[in-house]
Amino acid sequence: MSFEYKVQGGDFTHAGYASSQVKKMLKQLGVDNTVIKRVVVCLYEAEVNIVAHAWDGIINIVLDTDSVFMKLTDNGPGIPDIELAMQKGFSTASPEVREMGFGAGMGLPNISANADRFIITSEPGRGTTLEITINLNGTAA
Amino acid sequence: MKLEEICSVLNGTVVCGSDRADREVTHAFASDLMSDVLTVNCNNLLLITGLANLQTIRTAEMSDIDCILFVRNKSVTPEMKKLAEELGMTLITCPRTMFRASGELYRAGIKPLF
Repeated sequence: MSFEYKVQGGDFTHAGYASSQVKKMLKQLGVDNTVIKRVVVCLYEAEVNIVAHAWDGIINIVLDTDSVFMKLTDNGPGIPDIELAMQKGFSTASPEVREMGFGAGMGLPNISANADRFIITSEPGRGTTLEITINLNGTAA
Repeated sequence: MKLEEICSVLNGTVVCGSDRADREVTHAFASDLMSDVLTVNCNNLLLITGLANLQTIRTAEMSDIDCILFVRNKSVTPEMKKLAEELGMTLITCPRTMFRASGELYRAGIKPLF
């Protein structure tokens, strides 16, 4: 099964909608709650990152019998130094994003901690792509 | 501890999900930082926060948290209530600071996560 969601930059009213839909779907399919939690924490952090930092983005979800694969591609400023961005506490978030309870430099580390496979690529001035895989058998990250 | 007892301890008001005020919580986590909330893993958890916006509700949803206590008399908007109602959450507001609310609930027997 595959699903696609569009995400609008700056739209905090709808941030988390895709993650919520995916959570409901995984629950209906009877996926283990621990696995669902890891999927939605990764997806929600990544979705909020698009809203917080990019102009717009697309979320593609591919669900098969063994794993959930999530690819988030945004049009945005990109990340010049990915190693730095992966460090806990590093953030370039605006004051508006911080007022929403995010932007403390926890998002990418949270994704990394919950994912079984996490690849991040970015082109400064164009955008960022996250590829996140979670195994459905509950393998620890 | 039942949510209605928490209201009694903190002079709080259930603003959403009053039909679920007999729900029990055993632990609490206090934070205004939603990424921190996303790292917790516990059943029957009460989120104590001064951050009152839609993302607080969404973060609780992702973290499997059904009960949120808003401190410092924070207002819950109609949009927040609507989403919380859809998700079956109970929302409480109280006039206490986060420090005082946390202290009083700890004294009343609510456990910390770590």
